[in-house]
Amino acid sequence: MQVRINGKPQEVRDGLSIAGLLAELGLDTRYAAVALNGEVVRRSDHPAVIVKEGDRIEIVHAVAGGA
Amino acid sequence: MEPDEDLLTLGKKQFRSRLIVGTGKYPTFAIMREAIERSGAEIVTVAVRRIDLGARGKGSLLDSIDPGRYTLLPNTAGCYTAEEAVTTALLAREAGLSDFVKLEVIGDQQTLFPDVVGLIEATKRLVREGFTVMPYTNDDPITAKKLEDAGAVCVMPLAAPIGSGLGIRNPYNLRIILERAKVPVIVDAGVGTASDAAIALELGCDGVLMNTGIAGAKDPLAMAEAMRLAVRAGRLAFKAGRIPKKLYATASSPLEGKIDIE
Repeated sequence: MQVRINGKPQEVRDGLSIAGLLAELGLDTRYAAVALNGEVVRRSDHPAVIVKEGDRIEIVHAVAGGA
Repeated sequence: MEPDEDLLTLGKKQFRSRLIVGTGKYPTFAIMREAIERSGAEIVTVAVRRIDLGARGKGSLLDSIDPGRYTLLPNTAGCYTAEEAVTTALLAREAGLSDFVKLEVIGDQQTLFPDVVGLIEATKRLVREGFTVMPYTNDDPITAKKLEDAGAVCVMPLAAPIGSGLGIRNPYNLRIILERAKVPVIVDAGVGTASDAAIALELGCDGVLMNTGIAGAKDPLAMAEAMRLAVRAGRLAFKAGRIPKKLYATASSPLEGKIDIE
């Protein structure tokens, strides 16, 4: 199914959880956070929340920055 | 810690250093890490941005900054609405970075001055969510008071626009803010060189936050050291109680015992 991840359309398997998605993307998630359709998803909910067709997902982390 | 160690209290934490530094704009992570070390800062700001999905296994900022050693201060840079800023702060906390937030709600891309209406709203919302809110604001005493009343743990008036290096443009407003504030006042933005930082502390500010002033200097490591010393000097001078400014001279040497060769 199609979803948007960090602004880009992506094809992902049906029935993936947020945790599953992060694992498939192979990302370093130690200090990463996820928002689904504009709402922040708690880390503890990552395994339970299932990604659906058309979902907009933001995956963020800390980068160098001052202001 | 000794009771007379002159610590800076922000929320539930206390700090020896009154210099807060950013992590942006450095030529390399190695220089950034060394500059932070030399600055003596205990709090460093980070930004919250999308992970590069194509960069599997690439090093992350937190490989260069030990979150166990520094207090991370996520910022909401680039947020133009309270909603964006609040969501960014929530993401930063969920990422395990901190529940401190350097709150920015920007009004205009050219000046990067704060949108104080959005800033006050975002402050209220984030305080309700349990954040330790450090808002980047302008040098308006009315806004500073509203931010304090909204529960911010400090107020952070700009000296001059972010990255402008102009130093403190309105010391008079800053003095009014200092007189009325019951929370720490930390100058944030516009510091260009060491004397700017020293002046902030001499005026009675509780700290200074800077990024470009160090990262953009020709020799960031030397400037980091200069800033560390300047903040220390300014604070000591403030506590030492300066002499008053006078229009006319008062001799420092005695008149008695002077020779007479007339």
